[in-house]
Amino acid sequence: MSIVILFSLALMSLALCLAFARLFRGPSLPDRVVALELFSSILVGIIGVVAIATDVAILLDVAIVMALMAFMATIGFARFLERGGPRDD
Amino acid sequence: MTDVLTAVGMLSGSTFMLLAALGVVRLPDLLTRLHATTKAATLGVTLIMLSVALHFAETAVVARAFGIILFLLLTAPVAAHIIGRAGYFVGARLWNGTVKDELRPHYDPLTHRLRSGREEEDDPASGSRHGD
Repeated sequence: MSIVILFSLALMSLALCLAFARLFRGPSLPDRVVALELFSSILVGIIGVVAIATDVAILLDVAIVMALMAFMATIGFARFLERGGPRDD
Repeated sequence: MTDVLTAVGMLSGSTFMLLAALGVVRLPDLLTRLHATTKAATLGVTLIMLSVALHFAETAVVARAFGIILFLLLTAPVAAHIIGRAGYFVGARLWNGTVKDELRPHYDPLTHRLRSGREEEDDPASGSRHGD
């Protein structure tokens, strides 16, 4: 079981690194927003696996808050893009 | 049995997340990247949360896990739609292999107007407007 947990954590860390590559490179601001949203999804998954690994069920509350905040951040960035704030892509 | 199902859920969920990240890196433009992250990452989180619910098997935890799944299933399409819309409005370039862009002949990015092409038949004052 611990090997499975380690392996899936490794897979998700690799996914975080790939998403960070897009966040770093992303040619425009919407691409970076997409990478940030993927970040938050992967973090929710990591929190779930850590909750299984440590048997701490209260960590799921953290995952709920994480998902909420990511949705709010995405909506905020989209409004910012549509209203035409200053950007340096 | 429960352990096996939990392990399978975790492994497949994290694999789907890795696929989503791979799609974000490899795909050519904004809309295809959105397509990769929204669907694959939502499926990955859903599988992991199902295995969390299986592992704990208590009412409070199962309710929270299903709450997360429901919330993600509700918000991921909305967020993807809104980013795609904003990206199109600020002029994100499409992939040069794009076959069809049905919005381009009807939408004027400068005036933010959407035309249906039938304004002459109708009253020009009530022509189709882009509601923000």
